[in-house]
Amino acid sequence: MSDEQLPSIIPRDETELVQVLGYCQERRRGLAVLGRGSKAGWGRPLKVYANLMLNAFAGLRFYEPEELVLSAGAATPMRELQALLDQKGQMFAFEPPDLGPVWGHDGENGTIGGAIACNLAGPRRFKAGAARDHILGIRAMSGGGVLYKGGGRVMKNVTGFDLPKLLCGSHGTLSVLTEVTVKVLPRPETERTLLLAGLGAREAVRLLTQALNGPDEPSGAAHLPAGLAPMFDFLVADTLAPANGRSATLLRIEGAPASVSWRIDSLRRRLPDFAAAEVLEAEPSRALWAAIRDVSPFVRRPAAPLWRVSLAPSAGGAAALAIARALPCHWFLDWAGGLLWVQVAGEAVAAGAVAGADAGAAADGGAGVVRAAVAAAGGGHATLLRAPEAIRRAVPVFEPQPEGLAALTRRVKEQFDPNRILNPGRMYAGV
Amino acid sequence: MLMMPEPDAGTMARRETIVADLRALLGADAVIAEEERRRAYECDALAAYRQLPLVVVLPEDTAEVAAVLRYCHENRIRIVPRGGGTSLSGGSLPLADGVLVAMGRFNRILGIDYDNRLAVVQPGVTNLGITKAVEEQGFYYAPDPSSQIACSIGGNVAENSGGVHCLKYGLTANNLLGIEMVLIDGTVIRLGGAHLDADGYDLMGVITGSEGLLGIITEVTVRILPQPATARALLMGFPSVEAGGNCVGAIIAAGIIPAGIEMMDHPAILAAEDFVRAGYPTDAESLLIVELDGPEGEVAELTKRVYDIARGLGATTLRASESEEERLRFWAGRKAAFPAVGAIGPDYICMDGTIPRGRLAEVLRRTSELAGKHRLRVANVFHAGDGNLHPLILFDANAPGELERAEAFGADILRLCVEVGGVLTGEHGVGVEKRDLMGEQFTEADLAQQQALKCAFDPEGLLNPGKVFPTLHRCAELGRIVVRGGVLPFPDLPRF
Ligand SMILES: Cc1cc2nc3c(=O)[nH]c(=O)nc-3n(C[C@H](O)[C@H](O)[C@H](O)COP(=O)(O)OP(=O)(O)OC[C@H]3O[C@@H](n4cnc5c(N)ncnc54)[C@H](O)[C@@H]3O)c2cc1C
Ligand SMILES: Cc1cc2nc3c(=O)[nH]c(=O)nc-3n(C[C@H](O)[C@H](O)[C@H](O)COP(=O)(O)OP(=O)(O)OC[C@H]3O[C@@H](n4cnc5c(N)ncnc54)[C@H](O)[C@@H]3O)c2cc1C
Repeated sequence: MSDEQLPSIIPRDETELVQVLGYCQERRRGLAVLGRGSKAGWGRPLKVYANLMLNAFAGLRFYEPEELVLSAGAATPMRELQALLDQKGQMFAFEPPDLGPVWGHDGENGTIGGAIACNLAGPRRFKAGAARDHILGIRAMSGGGVLYKGGGRVMKNVTGFDLPKLLCGSHGTLSVLTEVTVKVLPRPETERTLLLAGLGAREAVRLLTQALNGPDEPSGAAHLPAGLAPMFDFLVADTLAPANGRSATLLRIEGAPASVSWRIDSLRRRLPDFAAAEVLEAEPSRALWAAIRDVSPFVRRPAAPLWRVSLAPSAGGAAALAIARALPCHWFLDWAGGLLWVQVAGEAVAAGAVAGADAGAAADGGAGVVRAAVAAAGGGHATLLRAPEAIRRAVPVFEPQPEGLAALTRRVKEQFDPNRILNPGRMYAGV
Repeated sequence: MLMMPEPDAGTMARRETIVADLRALLGADAVIAEEERRRAYECDALAAYRQLPLVVVLPEDTAEVAAVLRYCHENRIRIVPRGGGTSLSGGSLPLADGVLVAMGRFNRILGIDYDNRLAVVQPGVTNLGITKAVEEQGFYYAPDPSSQIACSIGGNVAENSGGVHCLKYGLTANNLLGIEMVLIDGTVIRLGGAHLDADGYDLMGVITGSEGLLGIITEVTVRILPQPATARALLMGFPSVEAGGNCVGAIIAAGIIPAGIEMMDHPAILAAEDFVRAGYPTDAESLLIVELDGPEGEVAELTKRVYDIARGLGATTLRASESEEERLRFWAGRKAAFPAVGAIGPDYICMDGTIPRGRLAEVLRRTSELAGKHRLRVANVFHAGDGNLHPLILFDANAPGELERAEAFGADILRLCVEVGGVLTGEHGVGVEKRDLMGEQFTEADLAQQQALKCAFDPEGLLNPGKVFPTLHRCAELGRIVVRGGVLPFPDLPRF
């Protein structure tokens, strides 16, 4: 929680950061670690002594396009880095989402450190991986006050333990990142999207699976159910018009213009269903995938619980339908079914607003229903990305872990942050 | 001389009891105690170092591994995990007082799920075994170390192994979906699965490449990929190493990420051509093998663009494979480079540093200067796309002092890699080989933080001790050696 009432500590350099952490460690005082606080609503509510503002650790260290590597202070705004990459025709291939608006914050406000700490990934995930697959090196300070580096700046490195990966997705609970070095890649010259209207969720996932299982290398595979199209339409005007109120099943192909055409032809030869598909050209295609990446349809109701569910792609369609049967919600699928976004109807959550079984199912923000669906899908995890604080206090925000793994997680925390001063309890109680 | 941890006298004295206990746990046929049969396990592919293990066990399921680890943990006995034994860094070098846990019986493919593009396998399955199991359906497993017929997928995870296709398709770490691992106290944990991103801390990420120091991997779920529509290998010869190196940079700068870019220098070209007759241009000073894959039209188009770049940089040979057979032949020379060099050696050691690609020419020049200084020959092969060098240092193990000279030469090369911004090992691991060089790349604090992780998994340091870290601090001591910030009392938080 970036509680405005809390004092802010703003170390000017690593030496001061050492002092701050040393001080807080001795007195066992918790800190909320903030890039820009754009994702501050993510995680269990914190009870801390102060906000640790990392603004000083900003600025480009180096960018070598030919070496495909970029290094920057952890609090460098993503926006600046993205602009730099744009100029050289490159990108962060993990397609980092801009999630600030999910919590009602402004967009375009995140930092590279926040992107790494949350290990996010966009629609290209199944092809290109997540932040963890692109991190090369870090400088960081552990809660225990050790200033250390991990990894390096080269593409291949197995020298010692891969601490940079460990910090991806640690949500600031193990160490404070001061500098990160990331692999970048050439940006595809263009893209197009095939849109098929009217498929059911299961059918859509089956078709997307077939598309991914051939040689055509799609880089985006999503399914938007019928009710959702209007929510996209206001974001990316008329892009979904071809669906005409029906569901939209989307397949993105990126590359050089000729290559995109070849791949689309090949897909259509291989899978006759796609013969009927509409083709969205580069501009609308980009807008559409940016909206999918940033979960834009679900940014307008900051009080409605929002779940991010990661599961076996082939199980995505059935899981979505099972959840929608039990819970008043909106949902859509990305990653060919492997990523399910569920926004629980806000009204249903407000106690008593909805009568009967629905109200019961939603009172926990939908946790019971959503997590049961994950279990039925054969495993995966559900994260409560957004919810009113009361719900985030009451239900586990991150997927509860089996005891052996939970104990190991606690031991890792203990080794990095023995006095639990960094984002204490953000991910799990006691961690 | 390499120092290994002092064998524990108590354990050595109890050997008979330990063997009997292990037999009771696993059955007699899963415990190897006789000296001549233990001999088969005394080294891995870093054959200069040998040590008979205390005893070898061959568990065949997770419960048995858990039983062995629990037993060793209770009795404070050291453990060395072993897969295919192809480590080039001595990762599976046994300990005199250690139980060698050989994973060879974990050799089954447990399931293939094409809908989710994954295979669930036991860790003893070979790397190539996975591709063989899925190729009929048009799939393959992308990381392809040259040792792929022999190395195990468990070993690949433990070393985060690469191959010639890493540039585009990533290392083992990027192609893993899940693992099952037994911790030192016998606890079994499962990470990841059929879904794309594991939850919680990225423990799978940090276990990958942990060289058997964190636990024993008992199941692996890997991502499998559909085969590309076409793949073509280009052979491009250059009159100098610089020109070859520049060509690599120019291809990538042009926005082309080939499936692989490999480079060999003149001595390596000669050795490989002699060994497999792949049709390499023996007059070239450097040779690039560039693999392009994708739709046929795209591969043809990219071939043209790569040729243009190469011609502009003075390429003297340009040939593209015209058939799958020819493509494989182009690769055969590169993939057999180690044995080929071995054949002229008579012995060789293979180094594995990574450098920023732009420093390639400089590093090669300085490597050949170092060769002069140490009076040894060197042949170079590299995963040029990722700047991963494999200088192969030739020496004669029977000539007194040559092994030591070769090792000193190797250490100098690795120091050079670190000096130019690179690292000690790109894919072969630290093991015992580079252990004592870790201080060249990492500070005391860097290493302390890595060891802190080790303490979360294995506080008594029973798993594969003597590997990776030059000195393994007791976990209780670690807190004291770190640079503490708190000593300067923070002047009551001035900037609130
Ligand atoms: C063009 C563009 C691209 C973007 N790309 C991404 C992206 O790739 N990934 C992404 O997540 N967001 C991205 N964002 C923004 C995204 O939506 C968030 O706004 C942003 O990442 C959050 O960063 P933050 O620094 O504000 O994080 P915060 O909300 O401050 O923090 C998020 C979490 O990370 C931790 N954290 C932050 N900084 C550090 C640090 N230095 N050390 C340790 N822990 C830290 C925090 O404790 C917290 O748990 C992007 C925004 C734009 C405009
Ligand atoms: C000719 C040749 C070519 C090679 N080419 C390449 C190459 O191109 N790319 C590359 O990356 N490597 C290469 N290697 C190195 C080697 O093959 C890899 O490091 C391989 O991954 C080792 O696998 P293995 O099963 O043989 O493991 P081992 O040698 O048996 O063990 C390696 C390490 O893994 C640990 N380990 C093994 N199994 C487990 C388990 N189940 N759980 C926990 N820890 C375990 C061991 O303790 C040890 O530390 C090559 C080696 C040779 C001999």
